[in-house]
Amino acid sequence: MSIVLVFLLVVALIAGWWLSRQGLTSKPWLETGEIRTTAGVGAAPAAKIGLGVFLAVVGGLFALFGSAVTMRMDYADWYQLRLPSVVWINTAILVLSSAVLQIAVSAARRGESALLLASVAAGGLSTLAFLVGQLLAWRWLVDSGQSLAAHPGASFFYVITGLHGLHILGGLVALARTGGRLRRGNDPRRARLGVELCAIYWHFLLIVWLGMLALLLGWASDLVALCRELL
Amino acid sequence: MIVALILLLLVLGSVIFHLVSPWWWTPIASNWAYIDSTLVVTFWITGIVFAAVVLFLAYCVYRFRHQPGRKADYEPENKRLEVWLTVATSIGVAAMLAPGLIVWKQFVTVPSEATEVEVVGQQWSWSYRLPGADGKLGASGVNWISADNPLGVSPHDSNGADDVIVEGGDLHLPIGKPVKVVLRSVDVLHDFYVPEFRAKMDMVPGTVTYFWFTPIRTGEFEVLCAELCGTGHAFMRSYVQVQEQAEYDAWLGEQVTFASLQRPRPVRVAAEP
Amino acid sequence: MANVSDRPDAGIPPAEVPDLPLPHPHTWWGRYVFSQDAKYIAIQYSGTAIAIGLVGLVLSWLMRLQLGFPGIFDFITPEAYYQFITMHGMIMVIYLLTAIFLGGFGNYLIPLMVGARDMVFPFVNMLSYWIYLLAVLVLVASFFVPGGPTGAGWTLYPPQAILSGTPGGQGAGIILMLVSLILFIIGFTMGGLNYVVTVLQARTRGMTLMRMPLTVWGIFTATVMALLAFPALFVACVMMLFDRLLGTSFFMPALVELGETLSYGGGSPIVFQHLFWFFGHPEVYIVALPAFGIVSDLISVHARKNIFGYRMMVWAIVIIGALSFIVWAHHMYVSGMHPYFGFFFATTTLIIAVPTAIKVYNWVLTLWKGDIHLTLPMLFAIAFIVTFANGGLTGLFLGNVVVDVPLSDTMFVVAHFHMVMGVAPILVIFGAIYHWYPKMTGRMLNEAMGQIHFWVTFIGAYAIFFPMHYVGLVGVPRRYPEIDASFITTPVAGLNAFISVAALVVGAAQVLFLFNLLWSLRAGRAAGPNPWRACSLEWQTPDTPPVHGNWGKDLPVVYRWAYDYSVPGAPEDFIAQNDPGPRIEKDVPL
Repeated sequence: MSIVLVFLLVVALIAGWWLSRQGLTSKPWLETGEIRTTAGVGAAPAAKIGLGVFLAVVGGLFALFGSAVTMRMDYADWYQLRLPSVVWINTAILVLSSAVLQIAVSAARRGESALLLASVAAGGLSTLAFLVGQLLAWRWLVDSGQSLAAHPGASFFYVITGLHGLHILGGLVALARTGGRLRRGNDPRRARLGVELCAIYWHFLLIVWLGMLALLLGWASDLVALCRELL
Repeated sequence: MIVALILLLLVLGSVIFHLVSPWWWTPIASNWAYIDSTLVVTFWITGIVFAAVVLFLAYCVYRFRHQPGRKADYEPENKRLEVWLTVATSIGVAAMLAPGLIVWKQFVTVPSEATEVEVVGQQWSWSYRLPGADGKLGASGVNWISADNPLGVSPHDSNGADDVIVEGGDLHLPIGKPVKVVLRSVDVLHDFYVPEFRAKMDMVPGTVTYFWFTPIRTGEFEVLCAELCGTGHAFMRSYVQVQEQAEYDAWLGEQVTFASLQRPRPVRVAAEP
Repeated sequence: MANVSDRPDAGIPPAEVPDLPLPHPHTWWGRYVFSQDAKYIAIQYSGTAIAIGLVGLVLSWLMRLQLGFPGIFDFITPEAYYQFITMHGMIMVIYLLTAIFLGGFGNYLIPLMVGARDMVFPFVNMLSYWIYLLAVLVLVASFFVPGGPTGAGWTLYPPQAILSGTPGGQGAGIILMLVSLILFIIGFTMGGLNYVVTVLQARTRGMTLMRMPLTVWGIFTATVMALLAFPALFVACVMMLFDRLLGTSFFMPALVELGETLSYGGGSPIVFQHLFWFFGHPEVYIVALPAFGIVSDLISVHARKNIFGYRMMVWAIVIIGALSFIVWAHHMYVSGMHPYFGFFFATTTLIIAVPTAIKVYNWVLTLWKGDIHLTLPMLFAIAFIVTFANGGLTGLFLGNVVVDVPLSDTMFVVAHFHMVMGVAPILVIFGAIYHWYPKMTGRMLNEAMGQIHFWVTFIGAYAIFFPMHYVGLVGVPRRYPEIDASFITTPVAGLNAFISVAALVVGAAQVLFLFNLLWSLRAGRAAGPNPWRACSLEWQTPDTPPVHGNWGKDLPVVYRWAYDYSVPGAPEDFIAQNDPGPRIEKDVPL
């Protein structure tokens, strides 16, 4: 369970840092009168905070899968997952779509609406390409004798990529709605916020993907072993 | 008034029930009297705290009940009192935890002279395996299980040939000798539980678990399953007979070994997966 | 007296909380069925939770009939008994307690107590309820499929949960259970995001965190915990579904079931247990923390005294919430995990007892020198303290690793967790309903019926679960449909029959409570806006019951904490939170 505990430690540190600025040691019974502060977390819109909380949940979900992988790895029947090279192409595509959405964010900030629309569309299309690529990877795995129940590494690969893909699909729905809003152009502020939230979500899912890949390929445990040796 | 009285009666009733009720643990039959003592210490500390809290509550309810003209005190906090209570609680908790951890250390440290006895659980019966003359249990695994090898003892491990197999019978143990109980399951989770021995441990398919104890009195003790294992869970019973050494030796002499079970036919090996 | 301007954040320029656009319903369906008003969603959540809770109650009756009077009821076979305990446990823990505390009280009270018009994402909030309802329906459906619901115990331990030796294991029972849990978690996450972000972003002006009522603190912390803990159950359920349906071996080792070698191999049931309890232990506090918060407010209001040690109470809630994530394996002392984990988890478990004990002291110390009105909410709060103290203290037996060894998997455990997370939180739910019903409906609940309900429930529940500890001490394992006299030196049949009678009576008293809920809707005494003369914001709404949008034209502004009761020098014995009030020099030590 070490991965999820590390994840929770990070969450706890963020929460603790925030709580430490909330005057938790003040004596509220002595402080009668109007306190002239905005109540919320700075000026961030609720949707952004909501996304942040949601990402903590999603992060916890994948961290738990990570913990399940590391616990399962310790049993005798674990052997190394073999992955097709298309996975690396997929990874590159996902990096690309994440970068393109970041371009969209800066385009939105500078008000370049043509570039904004184009980059949102490119981001969506490249993400679709990623999903298709993942399906190809599944097919290759089945053909190479690593079907779902063949060995635990493969089982985890299907479950984790599947769930990751579902999260991406959900993101695509949000991105499509944002794109529609941009094209109609009647609520530019909301559309811009939408682009920003999508970009954050994409970066996050990219990090999750890289982490899961490293774990399933055994790199993460190699790294831990290396660190242990250094210590 | 009536509320305070009922709270008082509740505490009194609980204490009286604790003192006079015939429902108490079974007479111990193993070396784990320490567990009982830790439990008694915990009973005393928690019992006193419970009585104190509820009696204080009853007093408050009686003394500070609403009456015309009554006004509550204004006291947001009292740092000294709170620190004092925290420290007292921590001491009480430590007083329970420390002996608990010390006894746990003994519980997980198996003495080197302990003899191994294997208990195998399956839906819904118990089987036993003793190491035989060489004092070693042979390797085992579910892939060797067959009609004439119900426990899945490896036919390739020479240590297993003289293992004594007890299928469907009682487990016999000599008094006063520490035993390391090695636990194995062929299907689902079970838990080897003899109330009089205090110790228990789950049996997990795919893994071997263990605990140890020393029987300290002779007699017949019923084995229960303490981890839900399906429909027959409550009916998965057996007995442990703790005997004097001579009686035990006599019993042991009548048992069959793994090799003798296998002899009539050539060993059949299930295909490796 | 400390000055407001001493605060470090006093230099921040004033900013109005942006008023949220409210989705106003235009149709009957939008108003009464697909409502986006948190208060209405709260009632939907609570109604559904209570309805499914009644099913759980009836199941407990059936179990107690079998245990108290074995051999009389032929239809309660071992299979049926295991299905009853499983569904009873799952329904009560997840679909009743979690749903009603967070979905019910959370939805109703958070926006009102922090001075918001509604939750921040009303549409998502509505979806949350409908997915929850779907989860409940899937759960109920499992009663009607061939083979019936799963009988794997609420812990659903593999391998037995998905094998044929367990009722529903090879049928649809276990599948529906897992699907229902997955749905519940998705639905809860939607609601949970709302509760958290509303507390973070939608508090009205002046409502600093340290001015929030403890109810909000409890529900907020519990929601954060639930958002982080439920994914563990989600992961476990998904992986088990794969094992059951698609033949993977995440949790399934090589095994021979009833003479037949199955195709599984290599997996570990212990991995499931770790995931399950990583959710399961925080779950205890997900139920307990809202109860802690609510009971603090009940005690304070009805004793006309501020909650003693408010800061300590807040810190304790946060610390308990954080610590509860590193104690999970105390449910697994005899599971066969590495024995050295026992040292760590016993220590963390007993450490968590300290902040919990402090909370109990502070509740009792709030009563000290109070002006105690023995209203129904107060009675339930007192009963909560008694049962929670009892159940919490027996937790020290089970948390202390070596004491747990003889007691684990016996009726002692059943008695302990029912007392601490069954009886105690449910008493708080009752107290809370008696307390807030006037705000929700404008009418008081009937006092006479309430008194009967209280005494039967409190004394009856104590009479069920206190003696049950001793059944466990004797050595009777839990999850035994039949406790014959053969294996224990002291027969427990008489005690079991007594417990069963008490359980039947307590269950019957709940019918009276439900009747009271309906009867008082029409016939209850008119309550007025603030019948308990309470400080916190929900009692200061312009309308009772509050309308959609909660507040009139302007949001309330908060000038003080939620506990200004019996302030020396004040004309009345309470000052509402949004009352600028007379400036009173509080003569209290700094």
